[in-house]
Parts: sequence; structure tokens; C-alpha cells
Amino acid sequence: MSQPKTKKETQDLFELYRQMLLIRRFEEASAKAYSMGKIGGFCHLYIGQEAVGVGAISALEEKDYIVSTYRDHGHALARGLEPKSLMAELFGKKTGIVSGNGGSMHFFDKKKNFMGGHGIVGGHISLAAGIAYASKYREDQAVTLCFFGEGAANIGSFHEGMNLAAIWKLPLVMICENNHYAMGTPEYRALSVKDVSVRAAAYDIARDHIEGDEVRKVRDHVKVAVERARRGEGPTLMEISTYRFRGHSMSDPAKYRTKEELEKYKQGDPLIKAEKDLIGSGWATEDLSKLDETIAKQIEEAVDFAEKSEEPPLGWLYKHVYAENV
Amino acid sequence: MAVLTYREALNRAMTEEMEKDPNIFLMGEEVGHYEGAYKVSQGMLAKFGEKRVIDTPISENGFAGVGIGAAMVGLRPIIEFMTWNFSLVAIDQIINSAAKMNYMSAGQFPIPIVFRGAGGAGGRLAAQHSQSFESWYAHIPGLKVLAPYTPADAYGLLKTSIRDNNPTIFIESEVLYGSKGEVPEGEFSIPMGKADIKREGTQLTIVSWSRALMYVLPAAEKLAKEGISVEVLDLRSIRPLDEEAILASVRKTNRALIVEEGWNVAGFGAQVAYLIQKDAFDYLDCPVERITQEDVPMPYAANLERSSLPSEEKIINKVRSMIK
Repeated sequence: MSQPKTKKETQDLFELYRQMLLIRRFEEASAKAYSMGKIGGFCHLYIGQEAVGVGAISALEEKDYIVSTYRDHGHALARGLEPKSLMAELFGKKTGIVSGNGGSMHFFDKKKNFMGGHGIVGGHISLAAGIAYASKYREDQAVTLCFFGEGAANIGSFHEGMNLAAIWKLPLVMICENNHYAMGTPEYRALSVKDVSVRAAAYDIARDHIEGDEVRKVRDHVKVAVERARRGEGPTLMEISTYRFRGHSMSDPAKYRTKEELEKYKQGDPLIKAEKDLIGSGWATEDLSKLDETIAKQIEEAVDFAEKSEEPPLGWLYKHVYAENV
Repeated sequence: MAVLTYREALNRAMTEEMEKDPNIFLMGEEVGHYEGAYKVSQGMLAKFGEKRVIDTPISENGFAGVGIGAAMVGLRPIIEFMTWNFSLVAIDQIINSAAKMNYMSAGQFPIPIVFRGAGGAGGRLAAQHSQSFESWYAHIPGLKVLAPYTPADAYGLLKTSIRDNNPTIFIESEVLYGSKGEVPEGEFSIPMGKADIKREGTQLTIVSWSRALMYVLPAAEKLAKEGISVEVLDLRSIRPLDEEAILASVRKTNRALIVEEGWNVAGFGAQVAYLIQKDAFDYLDCPVERITQEDVPMPYAANLERSSLPSEEKIINKVRSMIK
């Protein structure tokens, strides 16, 4: 795929690049704020995996649903959630996307059909099947996209969710973002297969496997699965191979992998790749640096907003434990 | 007034609610073609079709999650666990997803779901099929926990549960399905968090719920013949808890005994005992007592099973010892 050939393709790539850059800068700012003690809890960064979330989510329509994992910042930004409210959530402020109730792992936005970052590895897979089930029940033609890591592919919820989605032909696209490490455990020590998508055979559903370093390629492949789901032909299990440049979370120095390995993957940085493709297509480099400035400013404003926002009032402690009955 | 069995009352509640709201569906193992392992959903597949009465493969974790996901986008699932013993493989979904979703999402995603099915001690079903889990679920903020004893309560509380916008744990008693009781004609519902005085008395309050009342009520009857007046309170709703009813009764009778089928350690009765000593301490004429299942997995042998559970005899002896 690489370089776009037409103006339209270039514009498409530019927009995808913009989203990836936004995620990269957001995450860099998160890392900084975390090391300054302004963000608590776990903080799992998405740096290196941007092309997967951005490419996959760009294949969706507004009515479609996204179910994410505890590594949800990138997915949320790709879906168009506001950096301000996400950063404020990381800071635990009342202006956060879930008013300080969730933090890094639990972004939710009903307006955007962003159905949550979920903290139990693989537990969210059957929820995604349920959302897809509701679409089928209501015949609303929406598709649910569920992200998970290769570590989740060994848990019962994955298998039960897949089986139910398969027998009921649910409009579900399952994307295994294989970044090769489940926390510190390399895939070869945990997975019985080299490619998670081959497990689709066990459920007799469609599968796909691609490298996740080219954002437009990810989008195009996911689109095929999304359209299949929308046509009522059931779920797809995809593996998109990728790599996280940082540790599992901010508290992980990632000593289980070599510098050489990290360097090798950094050569295939999806952001640099997209940048090269854009430049090669005829875009002036100035445009890209201007974009970087714009995004840097946007992130700066988000951090400033988070910093200056108030903490949630103590009176909110019991708010939302139960939903009200109307 | 119609006399219905417990299972018929549950069936009537679900059927009436599903007739009114197309967002409600029933899902679980054998709920459709088999018409329910305990026949609670008898006739419902024929009435509502396969779209709304859905047989699942054996995969509690999976279909509990499916129900929660569907509830996130506005459907109102009733998920039947064939027995609550099997809910344990779905407990991650119930606790980590259903109970927390509304809170984690700051109110964006309420989960209007009912998890229901058979619970409690069964007839010689041994260790893995004969257990009471009210205390487990009552521990979790975000869940509501109900355990009706009579058919009328089963009907009225199930209706309330289906209409509630929160995840409800609705524990039916395995051995009560065939029990009969009067259910008022016409539609009604019973609010959660309201205990029911099953028998008025003046000397001692027994707090109990669900099938344990099968031992409590005859015991109270026999004690009355000895001249001991026992008040029996059926909680019906474990969470929310009718604290006022418990306290009002104990302040009147000055003695409290809690009888439950669950285990003693960290059992729900301990919470009730704490409440009583905290808010009615000055009214107590003797320590609060509890009768629970013995601290063992359920044995199979008939005599051992009997001896491990609360019984009329245990209750009578305990009450006598508290009154003297």
C-alpha cells in the first residue's frame, strides 16, 4: 500500500496521520504527567500501536460501537473523544469524561458509542457480543468493534464470546492487537498458536491477519470485516500485529525484551511510516510540522484544562452506585 | 384470589412484563425448547418466539456478558441461571461488569438486567448444587439482591426487578417452585427494601428469608403453643435492606434471632446482627443469635444434610434458651 496515489488518498492519509499524531502527543504528555505524580493508578500507553486503533476505527460509521480494553486512550481519541475531558479524567477531575470515576482504564462516552475501557483482561469480549446481539435484536445495522490483546485470547470469556457470536451470527468484529507481550509474558510462552486469528477455525467464522504498521491498510482490512458483519454474515476474528514502544504500563521498565528488539520495531514506527508516505506523495514537510504545532498546542491546552479543573465534590462519592428508576 | 405455584407466579410476572415491553427478553440454558430446567418458562417460547426466549449453550460467563452488553444499549434482559451454583463462572461479569458499569461510566450506562434462577439448599444435591449465595452478592455495591418466599412475593418482586434500572440478583428457592400460595388477581408489584411481617409476636423476633422460613414458621407455631410469642420477619429483599422493619420489631420484642440457609462466617445474618446491636442495643434483653447452615460443604447423606441445615428443632431450642 504505502504512498497514496491520488489527492483523495493523500487527504485520507493526512487525517489518519493527524489522529495518530494526536494520540502520540497525548500519550507523551500523559507519561510526563504520570511521572510528575499528577496521574495515579495504572497508565497503559498506546505509543507504537496508533495505526491499529486509528485505522480500525476509521472503518466505522457513527452508529457503530467500540468496546475497548484497559489500554483505551488511543481508541478513545481515534473515536473523536475530546483530549481535554480524557486528560481531565486521567487527572481525576470532575470535568473528566466519567467525572473522575474511572481513570485511565475506564473511558466511556455514550454519545460516541464508545462503550468503555474495561479492566478485566478479556472480560469485555462477551459484553461486545452482547452489544452486537442488541443490534441484531433491533435490526439497527450497527456493527460492534471489539479490541483485545493477545493475552486475552486465552481466557474463557474470549472463547464463550466467540462461540455465541458465531452461533448467532452477530455483527461483531474482533480485533486482536497482538503486541507480543501480555504484560511481561511473550506470546510464545502463552499462546498455543502463532496467529490468534487461526482460532476462527474453531468457531467456523471469517479470519484475517495483517501487520499493523500501515494505517490505511488496517482501515481497508477492517472495512472488509465491518461490511461482512453489516451484511449479516457474522463475526470476524482478526489479528493485527503491532508493538508497544513503552512498557505494559508506566510502572513497567520492560526488562523482558532487548534493546535490539525495540529498535527493530521502532524502525517500523507507524507514525514515521505515514509521515514518509505523506511527504513522498507531494505534501510539503512544512504542513506536517505545522500540524505538529497545532496538536502540541491542543495537548498543552488539555493538560492545562485538566490541571485547572476541580476535583469532584465529595458529595459525588455515592452518585451513580445505582441508576435511578424513573 | 388465585392460588398459584411459585413457578407459575414467576412465569406470570415475566410473561406480563414481556407483553408490555419488547425490549425484554429471556435468555439462558434450556429456557426455550425445554421450557426451563425447573419449568419456570413453560409456554414462553410458544408465546414469544425464539427471538425473545433464547436458548444458550452452556456458557454462563458468555451469556451473562451478552446480557450486560445488551443492557448497555437499552435492552432489558432476564438472564436465567439454571442454578445460582453455576453463576460462579459468571461472577466476573456480574461483579466487574454489571455492578460497576453505571458507576464507572458516571451514569452513562445503567444496566437494567435481572439475573434469576434456583438457589439455596436442594434435596440431597450435595456440595456443588446446594448452596446459598445471597451473602456473596449482597456484598457488592451496585447489585440488588432479592429472595422471595411466597408466590405472591415472587410475582410482585420479579416485576419490580424487571422494571428496575439496576442489575438485580433474584434468587429463587429450588425447593419452593412447587409451593402454592394465594396471589391477588390483577397486576401488582412489591417494592424492594420492604420486609414482610409473616407473623406478629411480642417476645422475640426471628429475621429470615426464602426457604429458611419453612423451618421458622412451623417453629413459631409450636412455640406459640408453649406460650412463647415469636414475631417472624421475612426480609424478601436482602439489598436494599429494610433496616427500619428489623429495628422496629426488635425494639418491640427485645430479642433477635436470625435464621438463614447460608454459612455462618461473613454470612448476611452477621450484617443484620451488627445493625441490631448498633441501633437497638439498649432494647436487647439477650445477645443476638444466629442459626445458619453448618460450616461445611453440603453433604449428600440424608441425615447429614438435615443436620447441617437450620431446622424447626434447632430454632425451637434456640428460642427457648433465649427466652428463659
